[in-house]
Amino acid sequence: MTTKTSLLMVLTAIGAITMVPFSAYASASPDIPDPNQEFTLTGAGATFPFPLIDLWRVQYNDAFDNVNLNYQSIGSGGGIKQHIEKTVNFAASDKPMSEAERELAPGTLHIPESIGGVVIVYNLPEVPNKGLNLTSDAVAGIYLGEITRWNDPAIASENPGLDLPDKEIVTAHRSDGSGTTFIFTDYLTEVSPTWDEKIGKGKSVPWPMGLAAAGNEGVAAIVKSTEYSIGYVELAYAFQTGMAFASVQNGDNSAFVEPTLETISAASSGVADTLPSAEESWVGVSLVNAPGPDSYPIASFTYLLLYDDLKSVTDNKEQAKAAIHLIYWMITDGQEFSSSLLYVPLADSVIELGKQGLAKITYDGEQIWNYESDASMDLEIPKWIRDNAKWWSEGLITDQDYINGLQYLIQKGILKV
Amino acid sequence: MDEKIGVQSRQRINSDQIFKMGATIAGAFVLVMIVLMIFQLVSESYPIWEEEGLAFVIGTDWNAVEGRESFGALPYILGTLTTAALAMAIGVPLSIGIAMFVSDAPPKIGAPLGFLVELLAAVPSVIYGLWGLYVFREYFIDYVEEPLHLAFGDSIWLFSGNPFGLDIFTASVVLAIMIIPTVSSVAREVMRAVPQQQKEAAYMLGATKWEMFKLAIFPYSKTGLIGASILGLGRAVGETMAVTMLIGSATGANAIPYSLFDPSQTISGIIASEFPEASLAGLHLPALIGTGLILLAIAMCINIVAHLLVTRMLKVKEGAINN
Repeated sequence: MTTKTSLLMVLTAIGAITMVPFSAYASASPDIPDPNQEFTLTGAGATFPFPLIDLWRVQYNDAFDNVNLNYQSIGSGGGIKQHIEKTVNFAASDKPMSEAERELAPGTLHIPESIGGVVIVYNLPEVPNKGLNLTSDAVAGIYLGEITRWNDPAIASENPGLDLPDKEIVTAHRSDGSGTTFIFTDYLTEVSPTWDEKIGKGKSVPWPMGLAAAGNEGVAAIVKSTEYSIGYVELAYAFQTGMAFASVQNGDNSAFVEPTLETISAASSGVADTLPSAEESWVGVSLVNAPGPDSYPIASFTYLLLYDDLKSVTDNKEQAKAAIHLIYWMITDGQEFSSSLLYVPLADSVIELGKQGLAKITYDGEQIWNYESDASMDLEIPKWIRDNAKWWSEGLITDQDYINGLQYLIQKGILKV
Repeated sequence: MDEKIGVQSRQRINSDQIFKMGATIAGAFVLVMIVLMIFQLVSESYPIWEEEGLAFVIGTDWNAVEGRESFGALPYILGTLTTAALAMAIGVPLSIGIAMFVSDAPPKIGAPLGFLVELLAAVPSVIYGLWGLYVFREYFIDYVEEPLHLAFGDSIWLFSGNPFGLDIFTASVVLAIMIIPTVSSVAREVMRAVPQQQKEAAYMLGATKWEMFKLAIFPYSKTGLIGASILGLGRAVGETMAVTMLIGSATGANAIPYSLFDPSQTISGIIASEFPEASLAGLHLPALIGTGLILLAIAMCINIVAHLLVTRMLKVKEGAINN
């Protein structure tokens, strides 16, 4: 008898869950910008996502022509500076804010908006196309100056089909501080204890050797014009210029992975479970050597930075609402434009993280967007439970079997008792 | 009549006063700018002087990695001075030669040539940089650096480095081209200012063209020519874009040039390269601003030395005339 009563309670609970997915004010997307007002939103920072943000600016303006975005691609450092000085609505950075920077800008949220991959390009007359395989040890060895010739066993043993010459390797790197260098040195630090000890990671590092040039185009120019050279550039830049690029050993050391939008995207799903929430520190976050056999190992998120209370950086609440809607649009609808510009779209789990971050934003302490996660609506009751209920009511299965099914629902968090 | 004069003089007084005010403001403006600049540079670079002290000027480490920060500007000071000196060594004789030709050639040839040389000054430095990187460098490696390296690489240390075309030699040659218009146009004006009688007197004594330059023009225009060179040096020391693209942008101890074919880095180059991404927290930004302060000090020293040189020569000349 008692069992029957509690079962009834559970059934009522199922009804309650399916019937009330929304609380009174919650909604799945933020309010659109007030159509009766004109808004100008300002952002500043990283140059890497600039083409994408610029396309977003145009596309968003098509949809909401009363909102204009003014994004200055002055570099991540400059963006963080303006963010700290509160002169822009949001900033963009290729590198998470350091602890010291977070102290200068308390209440900063990190919202990943795209993913960048770094590709190792080379100029080998003997290997005119892509396809050179490089282990992580080989990449680190080359940039440390320990592997100096192309026919070194560390390279040759992984490329049995290629005719590697007995020529000196010329390395090229960025002379300007850059997020690309940060991603690349983050990778080298991860895979090589020697690199970690001697050099470390950063936007500008004390390179032990090699030629330097400014910008992706500068590094590409050196590699293109110098035979037997090797360098690193952004994925999009390597693809657009048609340079030969290497497949790099994955984090599991199980295969060589060619850099593509898919393999870099795989890297981001590989770490999705370990990401912090938007208001926490992202210092340690890295897509480098992400788990998974298809994960390309040299990649990183690029972030939008904004304050958890927008009063200090916006004119009024309506502008703050417009800012939130714009960012929301960027990480949801805007993602479909990423691949056309060779940017890697975000995985759903990362988008969800961004949405939860945006929901935390307030204006003068007042919440702007009461977000009800889609996730709770995904928690459907499996079909076999429904069948179980039918069979139980028809007396085809035992009480115990039915209770087992309900316990499964409780375990999965679909039912709460 | 008297009244009219009075009005005129009053008007003159008014315009004099306006002129005085205008000139004072203009003069004060320069001074205020310099003082503000120094103040800003000192205050923003203060943390690095506090941390490194004199080691910042004589140190050779340059590490911006968080937690391992260590900064010394010596390699960039050396890089700046070396490229500027090399550029002067190549550019100044060439410029004076151009000035000699233009000032003494028939106007039909001299005028258009002078115009063309001045046109070089209108080319933006990024164009020089791109041209140097994509065009000049390739030829320079093949026809200058490689042959020099093959011929003298083993015997003369100057040519010992491996020639890649991104080094102080390439940067200095392009820099030399960039200072030519400044130096040669000022030198030409200085030479033109030499009284015609001087030149004719030299010719009357039976001087050849070269002897005329040696006897009549150079002694007369010496200070002016030094002034012209100093203007060129000013440009060479501060030039950023083209040099940054061509010098190879080494950092730290790697940036100390041992041979002509070694990459290096200049002060303005390191600022241009690293400033946009320098972190606000930490010492990187103060270090870069500190190098700016050093550059300002170098520029001031150059100007003071030039000033002393010119005034000393003037004295010598006055003495000669008085005797």
